[in-house]
Amino acid sequence: MANREPMVAIGRALRSFLATVSSLIWLLLDMISEMADHMRRGRLPFRRSVFFAQTERAGLNSVPLVAMVSFFLGLTMALLTGYQLRTFGTERLVPGLITIAFWRELGPLMTSVIIAARIGASYTAELGTMTVSEEVEAIDAMGLGPLRFLVAPRLVALVLLMPSLVVASNLAALFGTYLICAFSFNISLPVFADLVREALILKDVVQGMLKAILFGLLIALIACYRGLTVQGGAAGVGTATTSSVVSSITTVIGFDTFINMLQVNAPQ
Amino acid sequence: MSALVELEDVVLRFGPKTVLDGVSLQVSPGERLVVMGQSGGGKSTLLRLILGILKPTSGRVIFDGTEISRLPRRQLNEMRQRIGMVYQYSALISSLTVRENLALPLEELTDTPADEIDEKIRSMLTAVDMEGSEDKLPAELSGGMRKRIGLARALVMQPELMLYDEPSAGLDPVVSSVIDELIIRTSEENQSAGIIVTHEMDSAFRIGTRMAMLYQGRIIADDVPEKFRQSTNPVVAQFVSGSTEGPIGEGRTAP
Ligand SMILES: Nc1ncnc2c1ncn2[C@@H]1O[C@H](COP(=O)(O)OP(=O)(O)OP(=O)(O)O)[C@@H](O)[C@H]1O
Ligand SMILES: [Mg+2]
Repeated sequence: MANREPMVAIGRALRSFLATVSSLIWLLLDMISEMADHMRRGRLPFRRSVFFAQTERAGLNSVPLVAMVSFFLGLTMALLTGYQLRTFGTERLVPGLITIAFWRELGPLMTSVIIAARIGASYTAELGTMTVSEEVEAIDAMGLGPLRFLVAPRLVALVLLMPSLVVASNLAALFGTYLICAFSFNISLPVFADLVREALILKDVVQGMLKAILFGLLIALIACYRGLTVQGGAAGVGTATTSSVVSSITTVIGFDTFINMLQVNAPQ
Repeated sequence: MSALVELEDVVLRFGPKTVLDGVSLQVSPGERLVVMGQSGGGKSTLLRLILGILKPTSGRVIFDGTEISRLPRRQLNEMRQRIGMVYQYSALISSLTVRENLALPLEELTDTPADEIDEKIRSMLTAVDMEGSEDKLPAELSGGMRKRIGLARALVMQPELMLYDEPSAGLDPVVSSVIDELIIRTSEENQSAGIIVTHEMDSAFRIGTRMAMLYQGRIIADDVPEKFRQSTNPVVAQFVSGSTEGPIGEGRTAP
């Protein structure tokens, strides 16, 4: 009997995971159909001003943090791998290694973690507060379509901006790497650029960008869903915000691992 | 006279808790039904059912001949444009100014030109005695002021049915009378129907063309104000007189 309990727990966790996933899919589909209803009347799906407010917040204002974290990460990785590889005289591998790591993997992942904490949290808190104060219900009761009006501009902004943020992250990391290569390992800029160019293949770039879009979608969906389903006043908003950040980071890492596993197993 | 809204034997449960236990009601154009009842008795829930925010566990909610809970979302949203709701706690969009709040339904749902919208907003604000507050955010207003803006927002679409959730709670007596008059005037001018949830006896008798009492999930009285005032039903009599003696006592919530 005793050894059955873990199985039951796993089963329960799996079921709640699947329930959440299906709620997210419904949220997305409902949002799209609300947008379609509105566009059928010859209108933009959401207000341009709301959309641009979101793009500014999620995009432009996130660049400094994303760039800074990636810069230092690139710098540290270059330093650590460089000193290891120098013992074999192969420190020239550093630029290529970090290029591949960031474009394929770390850029989308780092950016997602930062965006989940910075933007996802604010989406949840904002929509959660609106839910608690019945603003969302009022928007619904007026026939405005709360998903179209509130979720769509936030989601579209994040999905469109994630690729650019990931590029910013990658470039910042390469800049950090270059500084180390130049000052610690005497690799000049033309050589560095050549090494990066050799390592950078289209497939990795495309894959990184697709990941960026997918992760942006996941973060926005989870954050908005948690916000719209808040219960229990101000405390509920707090709990939902924490859980939004935790579950979007875990979900992103889960999807990332899954994608990587598919890649390793897929015949080249 | 055919009813605009009709509730037929509506039951609503939240889990094990039965909030409405077979409510039937009818409201016709030009009528103003005042609904009274205890706190937590399901009055706000009743209004949510009419808006299609909640679906009845059983029974039917009918607006203008169509059953609300069966409407697909697009038709439901179109129907909601014909209903105005004044929320108990205003529920204004906190990130929008007063002007933007009032303009929102007009801009999103109609093709009204901008200058006409401005004109409408100005006359609505005058009607609720809130001129000059266009550029304020809801957070800068008092509760009573927010309530008046909420009322203006509901009226701006000239709905056929107005739902008021405690429109005069928390207002001073003068403003409260102004609101009462506004409720009566708009319903007479537009021949719109109204359902007004209120605890204030004075304004209830002033506004209502009919009054209903919701008690333990049922409508136990539904009559014209004069008859309602003289009701022999102990619950109604206690409610009207505001007495502590009677069936409504401690531990009073319905099971
Ligand atoms: N979403 C919900 N989930 C569970 N229970 C709910 C929900 N909404 C309302 N209730 C319960 O239903 C009952 C009726 O609530 P409602 O808000 O309709 O009361 P009310 O008559 O408007 O009270 P008041 O005069 O205090 O505003 C309450 O006991 C409340 O706890
Ligand atoms: Mg209420």
